[in-house]
Amino acid sequence: MTVKDLRVVAALGARSVKQTFRRPQLFAPIIVFPSILLAIQTAGAGRAIDLEGFPPVDSFLDFMLAGAMIQSTMLAGNSGGIALAVDIEMGFTDRLLAAPISRFAMVLGRLAGTAALSALAAVWFIAVGLIFGAHIQEGVPGALLMIFFVVLSGVAFGGVGAAVALRTGRASVVQGLFPLVFVILFLSSAFFPDNLMLEPAATVAEYNPLSFIVEAIRDPVISSISWDVFWKAIGSLALVGGLSIWWSALALRRRLRTGG
Amino acid sequence: MGGCGAGARRVTGRFQPRSILPAVPAIEAKGLERTFEGGIHAVAGVDLEVADGEIYAFLGPNGAGKTTCVRMLTTLLRPTAGSAQVAGFDVVADPGSVRRAIGVALQEAALDPLMTGRELIRLQATLHGLGRQAGQEKADALLERVDLVEAADRQVGTYSGGMRRRLDLASALVHEPRVLFLDEPTTGLDPVSRRTIWEEVEQLNGEGTTVFLTTQYLEEADKLANRVGIIDFGRIVAEDTPGRLKAQIGHPHLEVKLLDGGLERAEEIVRRFGNPLPSKDGAVLVELPGGASEVAPVVRALDEAGLTVEALDLVEPSLDDVFVEKTGHHLEPDEPDTGEIE
Repeated sequence: MTVKDLRVVAALGARSVKQTFRRPQLFAPIIVFPSILLAIQTAGAGRAIDLEGFPPVDSFLDFMLAGAMIQSTMLAGNSGGIALAVDIEMGFTDRLLAAPISRFAMVLGRLAGTAALSALAAVWFIAVGLIFGAHIQEGVPGALLMIFFVVLSGVAFGGVGAAVALRTGRASVVQGLFPLVFVILFLSSAFFPDNLMLEPAATVAEYNPLSFIVEAIRDPVISSISWDVFWKAIGSLALVGGLSIWWSALALRRRLRTGG
Repeated sequence: MGGCGAGARRVTGRFQPRSILPAVPAIEAKGLERTFEGGIHAVAGVDLEVADGEIYAFLGPNGAGKTTCVRMLTTLLRPTAGSAQVAGFDVVADPGSVRRAIGVALQEAALDPLMTGRELIRLQATLHGLGRQAGQEKADALLERVDLVEAADRQVGTYSGGMRRRLDLASALVHEPRVLFLDEPTTGLDPVSRRTIWEEVEQLNGEGTTVFLTTQYLEEADKLANRVGIIDFGRIVAEDTPGRLKAQIGHPHLEVKLLDGGLERAEEIVRRFGNPLPSKDGAVLVELPGGASEVAPVVRALDEAGLTVEALDLVEPSLDDVFVEKTGHHLEPDEPDTGEIE
């Protein structure tokens, strides 16, 4: 990747961020919906922390913060996929493909945008959490680690959205992933501890890579940074990100070969 | 049917005669084919040669294969057979060099409605390797060139169809391409916007840019192109200068309408000047090999015979006549829009 390619990726990433802020239907799932869900769940299920086996936390908000962040970043990835599919539908990607740039810069630019939006979302939720009484046990380094994992998650889940967009070229199909996002979220420890779930959800959540990522985001808030949790999250992100980006590359290659 | 090398330059209007024709054509295609899944043969063996500095128009209806051909020449689609070089570079073996040499404005103006005009041109400048300062200067110059300075910081979604096409054209010029591809640049535009685009294309060509455009408008091909290729069902069925294509169809014909009958007598008289054609709507028709210069003698002869001419019309063969002759059907372009802002 050349310096010029990096400039292109940065420019496309910046476009992606601006596009999200200018199109409410892309912005809302990243900030508005997870914020509302966070508020509802924190207010309505706050006494869940009294359940036996619930991780030791000061408040349900401490526990939920990571769930809201990962929900936001998954929806950011999905929104990025929708935006890429819209680009394909309206022919904007042809403009990029007719330019002397790396073919994959188009995808990387979109992922860079999703990563930036994920960082913004992470900062938003940390700020909201702190305002409403959450306490990050590991302080500033812990907050930075949370942002780090959220950004990587944005790239990994953005790759899934990009792959589906490139494979189908249809925004409606990518939009159809929204329910799947929630299925994956609820079958992880994002919103509830897996050890308190019923079978088979408990087993699915225990091995769901998303649970490992969520735990790594939650860890600095509710306890301390654990290397075991850290590396499990890195492994999960490498798996999801590697597969999604590989799938994106395949889908792009197919699109270039077949012309659609 | 194949192409025919460097076309004669039109010497009227803005176009200047070329004194030296370069050896390397701007565009060259041999047996270019594209078959899609399901066996759809969109382009079925196109041979093409466009000289440097020429305006070449691909004329054909929707689905004729124009856009598929352009997509192959601009490296957006791989040919399934044949070969093509643009600006001397092979579209398959060296697509990067092709992309550096070409500007592309695709059908339906593929613009992001959420970007501003200025943002779009600056992004295009980045795609072509221009730095921030150079990109900004280029954006300013191009926006002024296409008369979009006032709208530069508005989102493209608020632009009219004509403004979008002008912006699309401007963005294709960021890197001063040697060959400019315009895929139906005026389809759907109102006549005023269409003329504005034509003027810009003529000016660009006057500055030395080779222009390859596709169109479904006969008038556009006739007015702009040095040479026209008529494409139908994925094949070029005719190719030449508009004048020569029309000349292949036949000579101009004179339609004479008389004030008070005498049709048979009139037909006898006009027969002396050229090949008579079947009368139509009460008018006598005769082919005039000499064109306008033979109108006066015909009128004089009719007058001397005591026949009073009510109306006469010298009708030149049109590209539509050529199209019908070559394809067996008329070209029916899409309706232009009203110019309303969307």
